[in-house]
Amino acid sequence: MIDIEKIRTDFPILGERVYGKDLVYLDNGATTQKPKVVIDRMEEVFTRYNSNIHRGVHHLSDIASREYEQAREIVRGFINAGSTDEIIFNSGTTAGINNVACSFGERFVGRGDEIVISALEHHANIVPWQMLCERKGATLRVIPMSDDGELNIDHYKAILGKSTRLVAITHASNALGVVPPVKEIIAEARRLGIPVLVDGAQGVQHGVVDVRDLDCDFYVFSGHKVYGPTGIGVLYGKRELLDDMPPWQGGGDMVKSVTFEKTEYNDLPFKFEAGTTNYAGAIGLAAALEYIGAVGLEEIAAAEADLLSYATERLSAIKGVTIYGNSSCKISVISFLIDGVHQYDAGMVLDKMGVAVRTGTHCAQPVMERLGIDGTIRASFCFYNTRHEVDRLAEGIEKVIEMFR
Amino acid sequence: MKTDQVQEQIVEEFSQFDDWMERYELLIDMGRDMEQMDESLKRPDFVIEGCQSRVWLYPEFNEGRVIFTADSDALITRGIVSLLVRVLSGRTPDEITGTELWFIDKIGLRQNLSPTRSNGLLSMIKQMRLYAIAFKAKEGG
Repeated sequence: MIDIEKIRTDFPILGERVYGKDLVYLDNGATTQKPKVVIDRMEEVFTRYNSNIHRGVHHLSDIASREYEQAREIVRGFINAGSTDEIIFNSGTTAGINNVACSFGERFVGRGDEIVISALEHHANIVPWQMLCERKGATLRVIPMSDDGELNIDHYKAILGKSTRLVAITHASNALGVVPPVKEIIAEARRLGIPVLVDGAQGVQHGVVDVRDLDCDFYVFSGHKVYGPTGIGVLYGKRELLDDMPPWQGGGDMVKSVTFEKTEYNDLPFKFEAGTTNYAGAIGLAAALEYIGAVGLEEIAAAEADLLSYATERLSAIKGVTIYGNSSCKISVISFLIDGVHQYDAGMVLDKMGVAVRTGTHCAQPVMERLGIDGTIRASFCFYNTRHEVDRLAEGIEKVIEMFR
Repeated sequence: MKTDQVQEQIVEEFSQFDDWMERYELLIDMGRDMEQMDESLKRPDFVIEGCQSRVWLYPEFNEGRVIFTADSDALITRGIVSLLVRVLSGRTPDEITGTELWFIDKIGLRQNLSPTRSNGLLSMIKQMRLYAIAFKAKEGG
């Protein structure tokens, strides 16, 4: 069991008041708040040893480079990758997917080939593949989903074939919270020798992620959704694949030698880290991962499962509330609508009651289209939220119903 | 009545409430009271897509004045739409392009017009001005 009182004091922003009310932050799917240790670590970078990494001959650059590489080791350990060579820092999930779509795609995808994604994907795991398909004359195939957001695995097995070059699948749906059977999806592709990319933007913060156990070929996530700073993300890739892929962006640090005739690229992971990376962000991210590691990933998962079940029970009991994505396997996200009330109206009123939720299509328009709706209200919980906050949400919804009835 | 006078009137109406909920209730009532837009006018060429809510705006030009009919799928947005129509509909193109919409800020609805809100309102104002310019050009030509 986690000590919620203690946890909440670790996050300074949770003490904020909005419109004179205690903040109830239920937009963790968009970004999570930062514990003091992360804020302090970032401050330490800039007040004590800020310096460009891998370049300077001086003392500060030494410290910054060491801390940056130490951050890479912490990320490696956190997702249980085999080597730090397989951990590439970038700006976030979107950059990671684009990196793979461009460099893996450049090398391995051609005319008539197919990329498989699912009906649950965020735009970031759709558009880069569409762009790749357009460049290469390849086709995008989509695993369909049921009304509850569960993927049709038989259909998936049927569309996998000789032309499939890659499967790109979400670890958990940002719009509905549904967790697809990722392990089964990977195993099926593995049988046919097809690489799999897992979009971990909504996966990595909710429990233990072990990339070797999953046996995925790529895993991407964003720092800011896992209690770290913005503008930092991670691309994990299996060494064999990363070695075979051409660099994505050219620039400093990704090269060994440059002449006007020829450039020799640097080794992994630097080959994919062109230009000055967000080293302060990487160091901050490491602090975040250490923090949640200390809280306990299993404890976090348990606390979030409790919030999800309590919130599902509370919201289901309100007449006129419809929850979308009623799968038995979910992260702590509830996507819902209120009968006769537009989601934007509900969000605006909840905001004025101090309850922060997200409304709209959640960058997953195909999910909404599939469900025949034009958006939802999304409450996304994490371990620092409380049952009392769920009650505040439920009271807010009651108030919305009263106002718009 | 000049556009500034209508804006002053709106500010006056909202000034009776300092509680946010009451202001929203007033806005919701205004949205409800606005004349329904004919469903046949809710065509793709008159829609302003936002990621949060959708606005429809239909212009007519009559004796040198632009008449706007508008609607939204969200009620709070619809309330703000009704205010914009109240200030700018039935005006000459010059009045429409020359009016600074200061009342929005005064009644505390500025955040609804932030570009990041994507509720269609900011684009609606731009579109109203574009229609005014287009009608004026057509009239001049």
